[in-house]
Amino acid sequence: MDVSELQSMAKQERDRQKPHRILCCTAAGCLSSGAAKVKARLEEEVNIAGLTQAAEVCSVGCLRFCGHGPLVAVVPDGLLYEQVTPENALSIITALQGKATEAILTDPHHPFLTHQMPIVLENSGKINPERIEEYIAVGGYQSLHQALLEMTPADVVTEISRSGLRGRGGGGYPTGLKWATVAKMPTGQKYVVCNADEGDPGAFMDRSVLESDPHRVLEGMAIAGYAIGAHHGFIYVRAEYPLAIQHLQTAIHQAKHYGLLGSQIFDSPFDFKIDIRIGAGAFVCGEETALIHSIEGGRGTPRPRPPYPAEAGLWQCPTLINNVETFANIVPIIRQGADWYASIGTEKSKGTKVFALTGKVNHAGLIEVPMGTTVRQIVEVMGGGVPDGGTVKSVQTGGPSGGCIPAAELDTPVDYESLLKLGTMMGSGGMIVMDDQTNMVQIAQFYMDFCRSESCGKCIPCRAGTVQLHQLLSKFVNREATLADLEHLEALCHMVQNTSLCGLGISAPNPVLSTLRYFRQEYLDLIDQGQKSLHQPRVELGR
Amino acid sequence: MSVRTLTIDGVDVAIAADQTILQAARSAGIPIPTLCHLDGVSEVAACRLCLVEITGMQKLVPACVTRVAEGMEVQTQTPKLQDYRRMVVELLFSEGNHVCAICVANGNCDLQDAAIEVGMDHTRFPYQFPDRPVDISHPQFGMDHNRCILCTRCVRVCDEIEGAHVWDVAQRGANCYIVSGMNQPWGAVSACTSCGKCVDACPTGAIFRKGETTGEKERDRAKLNFLVTAREKKEWTR
Ligand SMILES: Cc1cc2nc3c(=O)[nH]c(=O)nc-3n(C[C@H](O)[C@H](O)[C@H](O)COP(=O)(O)O)c2cc1C
Ligand code: SF4
Ligand code: SF4
Ligand code: SF4
Ligand code: FES
Repeated sequence: MDVSELQSMAKQERDRQKPHRILCCTAAGCLSSGAAKVKARLEEEVNIAGLTQAAEVCSVGCLRFCGHGPLVAVVPDGLLYEQVTPENALSIITALQGKATEAILTDPHHPFLTHQMPIVLENSGKINPERIEEYIAVGGYQSLHQALLEMTPADVVTEISRSGLRGRGGGGYPTGLKWATVAKMPTGQKYVVCNADEGDPGAFMDRSVLESDPHRVLEGMAIAGYAIGAHHGFIYVRAEYPLAIQHLQTAIHQAKHYGLLGSQIFDSPFDFKIDIRIGAGAFVCGEETALIHSIEGGRGTPRPRPPYPAEAGLWQCPTLINNVETFANIVPIIRQGADWYASIGTEKSKGTKVFALTGKVNHAGLIEVPMGTTVRQIVEVMGGGVPDGGTVKSVQTGGPSGGCIPAAELDTPVDYESLLKLGTMMGSGGMIVMDDQTNMVQIAQFYMDFCRSESCGKCIPCRAGTVQLHQLLSKFVNREATLADLEHLEALCHMVQNTSLCGLGISAPNPVLSTLRYFRQEYLDLIDQGQKSLHQPRVELGR
Repeated sequence: MSVRTLTIDGVDVAIAADQTILQAARSAGIPIPTLCHLDGVSEVAACRLCLVEITGMQKLVPACVTRVAEGMEVQTQTPKLQDYRRMVVELLFSEGNHVCAICVANGNCDLQDAAIEVGMDHTRFPYQFPDRPVDISHPQFGMDHNRCILCTRCVRVCDEIEGAHVWDVAQRGANCYIVSGMNQPWGAVSACTSCGKCVDACPTGAIFRKGETTGEKERDRAKLNFLVTAREKKEWTR
């Protein structure tokens, strides 16, 4: 394939597309609320109405308003229907001819939609993720062409460094610096690995990207391979994501078929192949050294770093590991330039971030906002606040490794440093809203339970420490704790944090330390209530 | 061979550049407690007892895997480290069923030694009393999971020195246990050569010789060291 073939393929596809496209979200969220039936009925109605020349029904990826699914969009009419039932199908079709519809239309000016800045999700909900032609029609694989034929590997690394992109897997490590490190390792076998393990409870950003626009990740990985001198990539994806795996398999197959993966891509000397590795869904396997062991066929346990994977990764070869969303940012950076990308976001956190907004919020779903957007804007304006007139008590980010942002700090801009200062972290992008009915000690207990069962068991502080921390927290929840327990709790938190081998153990105490920082009184109240009710029958805790 | 000079607890130490902080400390006679480390097999840095502080570094580093560097200032006995080490040992005692009074390794146990070294005389954490089995299917040896601290020394010795790879770790978190063969009774694992190296490697009374009773377990660590030197340096006499 050369560039003219790519362009003619794009044109052919654009010509093929019917004047009206009825886009049905068939990503996991909408699929679970009955999207497949909706799509089948829509196709039927198009046929019955004899509109097959004027309209087509397509499967697309996530339309973001997940809490209101199944979602159906109509382009170019610019309509978005929510909570669509198969019975609505006829009226959606007749609306194409100008009739009023019975289906529920979403306000196109809804802040949930208008405040988004889709870069990573630019194609999500617009193209059929299972057809490479549609990806190519929106400019797909042209950035790979540009990188391979107009840029040197060093140019690509410089471009990524200048863009200011930082890793979206949680740590926020500068992506350009990581690429430069692997690129500088001696020539030889190197690997590119895409981390799609996404194990935090409440997070589904990476899944959405893979389900909705898998080629973008493949293209980003191939560009990375070119930049660092690797010819082989792996995507490590959890087995709980069957649809993402299926879309990836299709995408890899199609890209190989058109010579966009494989040998001599675009007739350049560059070869690149990508294999999928399926993880059994252990949270710890998202940790990069555990992930490496798992791909190698071993037990998914972390090892001490250094050496970092950039130096000794897969089979001891230099390995670049980035998150799905990090790779999904590469194509737009190459296409629109580092300066454009660096103009978005804050001084130290560039670009956008995708969040999975869930919990006690009116509008749950997937959002992509520029870095620096305040938490309040996300939760209250876009998310529409707490249902039934409740108030926000805190917002949890970073999952079991993160912490909470109390209501008083809602005006904090979302960027790596600001969140760290509050004692939480960006994490991979889960954002859970909690209302005033929430018991924060129970939240801490929930996350500790998660860490306890996900600990790999290799090092003592995490393996045995999380068990003890969980028991201590349960004592609080059961109103059996004393002030001495509070002291123990804090001491053990610091010990586990400072002595654990990998990030799982190091960050496991975060939800406790964070709730202690902002909601200490709740811990004290539970101690008090316990002391008072010593000789009274036990009352069940609120919720 | 290039040499690095560093200070450990204020003592000047000079040592080959490829050595670890633990090796440097031992060469200078400065004790650092360890449990998962075993001379001659690979390091896993899992017990976290050997953590030390390095001036200018925020994080504590495990001495067993951290290479020395020129001008490094290492502290091995700060109050924080002592506190954490004690907690590590406390966690170990509360996690398993360590009843020293009836254990074959009583008086000859690395876990007991570690407890004495870090000054742990009781544990502040509630005992978990896990329900763990004893495997006495092997004709010569026994495996008492109650006393296992999951240091994986047996796993590494059997794999790296004997080359039999009888042991591995199964499950995760607190449910982890040392598994023999394909989760078979030890006696049914045909790969086991009954060499006894895992008995010598085990720091506690978890792996023992049948017939030994309370306090009778003896270890021949020198045998393990001898085998490693023999292989690496071609010295075949003891
Ligand atoms: C317990 C644990 C779980 C992790 N899970 C993930 C994950 O699911 N996805 C991910 O991209 N990174 C995860 N990470 C971070 C990775 O180790 C690694 O830093 C990341 O993939 C690097 O990519 P980035 O630079 O693009 O962020 C996890 C880290 C830890 C300690
Ligand atoms: S911190 Fe937890 S998950 Fe990480 S190596 Fe230790 S036991 Fe395993
Ligand atoms: S006796 Fe030897 S071969 Fe058998 S398990 Fe122990 S170390 Fe392995
Ligand atoms: S059996 Fe002994 S050597 Fe093996 S892991 Fe347990 S304590 Fe360590
Ligand atoms: S001896 Fe270093 S961590 Fe166990």
